[in-house]
Amino acid sequence: MAEAKEQPRIGVFICHCGTNIAGSLSIEEVKEYAMTLPGVVAAEEYQYMCSTPGQSLIADAIAEHKLNGVVVAACSPRLHEPTFRTATQEGGLNKFRFEMANIRDQNSWVHMHDWEGATSKAKDQVRIAVAKARLLEDLEPKSVPVEHAALVLGAGVGGMQAALDLASAGIKTYLVDKDPTVGGRMSQLDKTFPTLDCSQCILTPKMVDVGRHPNIELRTFTEVENVEGYIGNFTITLRKKARGVLSPAEAEERGIVGGGCNGCGDCSEVCPVIKPNPFELGMAPRKAIYIYHPQVNPLLYTIDFDSCVKCGLCVTACGEEKKAIDLDMVDTFEQVKVGTCILAIGYDLIPIEEKTEWGYKRYDNVITGLEFERLICASGPTGGKLIRPSDGQIPKKIGFVLCAGSRDNTGGVAKPYCSRFCCMYSLKHAHQIMEKIPGAVPYIFYMDIRSFGKMYEEFYYRIQNEGAKFIRGRVANILEDPSSKNLTVFTEDTLLGRPLSLEMDMVVLAAAIQPKPEAERIRQMFGVSKSQDGWLLEAHPKLNPCGTTTAGIYLAGVCQGPKDIPDTVAQAEGAASAASIPIHTGEVQLEPYFAQCVDELCAGCGMCVNLCPYGALALVEKNGRTVMEVTEAKCKGCGTCGGFCPGGAIKMQHFTSPQICAQIDAFLLEGGEQ
Amino acid sequence: MADENWNPKIIAIICNWCSYAGADLAGGARIQYPPDIRAIRVMCTGRVDPLFIMKAFQDGADGMLISGCHFGDCHYLEGNYKCAKRMFLVKNVLKNIGLNDKRLRMTFVSASEGAKWGMVMEDVVKTVKELGPSPLSEYQK
Repeated sequence: MAEAKEQPRIGVFICHCGTNIAGSLSIEEVKEYAMTLPGVVAAEEYQYMCSTPGQSLIADAIAEHKLNGVVVAACSPRLHEPTFRTATQEGGLNKFRFEMANIRDQNSWVHMHDWEGATSKAKDQVRIAVAKARLLEDLEPKSVPVEHAALVLGAGVGGMQAALDLASAGIKTYLVDKDPTVGGRMSQLDKTFPTLDCSQCILTPKMVDVGRHPNIELRTFTEVENVEGYIGNFTITLRKKARGVLSPAEAEERGIVGGGCNGCGDCSEVCPVIKPNPFELGMAPRKAIYIYHPQVNPLLYTIDFDSCVKCGLCVTACGEEKKAIDLDMVDTFEQVKVGTCILAIGYDLIPIEEKTEWGYKRYDNVITGLEFERLICASGPTGGKLIRPSDGQIPKKIGFVLCAGSRDNTGGVAKPYCSRFCCMYSLKHAHQIMEKIPGAVPYIFYMDIRSFGKMYEEFYYRIQNEGAKFIRGRVANILEDPSSKNLTVFTEDTLLGRPLSLEMDMVVLAAAIQPKPEAERIRQMFGVSKSQDGWLLEAHPKLNPCGTTTAGIYLAGVCQGPKDIPDTVAQAEGAASAASIPIHTGEVQLEPYFAQCVDELCAGCGMCVNLCPYGALALVEKNGRTVMEVTEAKCKGCGTCGGFCPGGAIKMQHFTSPQICAQIDAFLLEGGEQ
Repeated sequence: MADENWNPKIIAIICNWCSYAGADLAGGARIQYPPDIRAIRVMCTGRVDPLFIMKAFQDGADGMLISGCHFGDCHYLEGNYKCAKRMFLVKNVLKNIGLNDKRLRMTFVSASEGAKWGMVMEDVVKTVKELGPSPLSEYQK
């Protein structure tokens, strides 16, 4: 549009941010300098620009000086761009007539001891921002409708809680898990600290609820194959892995009335293949057709096609009436459309055997905390009787190695972070053995006991009073007596300041936790970043712990960072609340950073069409010429096309080539006027 | 070698989702680095037109940094790959016109790598200081 070129009238607003900015550079000099820049008609400073008076200052100045561009020199646009855009709008300008100069996060905070350097950089930053502000244009955000459905990936306690909350808020929710049952990690635990509730007892009501909630579509034994779209309109392809067993509903679809798996287990009894059960961490057998444990939901058997020999005995055992087993079943795909997604994909233990000094997997009687949970659990492989794996004897002296691979900077599989729940579950284990085995003594080798939660410290005192021995020191080494299979633990008692060796019947390693191996693929599909330690990255560690930088994707539970069950459930409820907001609002506003084709310049070469990762561009015939056309709904505004177009025919709104060139010129040529 | 007091003019074009966030994180963590680099924010490094780089050097930039997400982490799936591919081209052009291609660098700094951003800043400034003023900046005068 060849509009009558309006003269730029820019206002520059400089924030002190208390002393955050004003303590490291000269606000006064920057302000004086700003007034000398071409197009600037007003420059103001204020203690806190983001405060209500600060924002009114901007709005008032827009009216007073008839501004057509606003520059705020303050913190990061990632923090306060929305705030100041609103202020700009309140002043009567289009909110995209606003540009920010980041003189805090990328200046005063990183050049704290260089007054001159920081001041000079701030002047440049303001000049660069003013250069862009002179060329800003009115834009309108695009509103898109939001699909009235959500997807929760991972059906552990966090995922189930999030799904139940969303579903109870009236949102159709797909709850997806790669395992044949819901329940996740928590269903493997025996008791929970500090209340000593039975883990399954408090979890199974939720497992049942997610199965029968009218708004929850349960998709177990299913993985996410592909993710497309954006907030409000995600299209997610699910791979339903071949289970080999039909649910009653699926059987009915195939015309087998009254058929399908009823969970009787006749098939499993006749199955000749025996494999370790991963739910019991390999400590109990399962057949090739199996369920994890009696409380699974959905109660459907699953065939492990990797070990199934297709003998057909199960098909016969299942019988003609149910006809539930299909040995030729293949993976099927389903596309679901959802508005928002929650990732609750959980964690794994580190491969603690790689810390060879503790001998896990070499010594029979060294086990992990998770294996302890299964051994002490009434529904576990030993019926709740804690025995030594080497000889089935009841152990009397049991060592607990805390921070096994956590808070450890030695590299390899070790993790520098605290895994946050190992102290507490080890205290609980100590309590359990003292309760179950008369005369048993737990020896807890610790660095610090981190009992930070509600009633946790009290629980710690209780275990101390019950007679557990606490030895402050990291375990250097464990050696096994080959004949008795007893273990000698070498450590230093740092409170007494002397080396110590103690013979134990059994040692439990409180192994560190790490993200699941599939987390990498999942986060890349959903466009979620990771933290330095590999956990999924939240949008803001303090103020947005459930959100991610990809709008419409939220996080719950340990996949975002180590946390215990109450924190996981709390975060899941937070994520569910956040994920329901766009759905209930019914529409979301997208930033209008779309590509636009300038038809007169477009040569129709089509280079951009192949570059676009979203298929948003296409060549069309217009007035007898081939030109490119943008489908705005598909364009996400990355600008990859605009960065490549040989004719400069693609205009990236709000990041146009003239704007970026003006910024470059403003820095390097000082004046910036072209 | 340039004299001690010479401050190079270095321009950075960085992506909103990873490197800009990483730079903000460096600020939050108060990681100190030299103040010679001025950053321009774009949504994705895929936006970086080779002409922006040529323009900057023509204007007399002593160095230039393009920083985006790690491969596989791009918010827009593959913009960083496409930018990286262009870097080879631009570096070749720079060499052909007689500029040391070390003046142009592409790095990958994620939103959680504040410390790395500080290190990149230090290193880019050090490299450019060693190279001295751009021959084109002399020409500008």
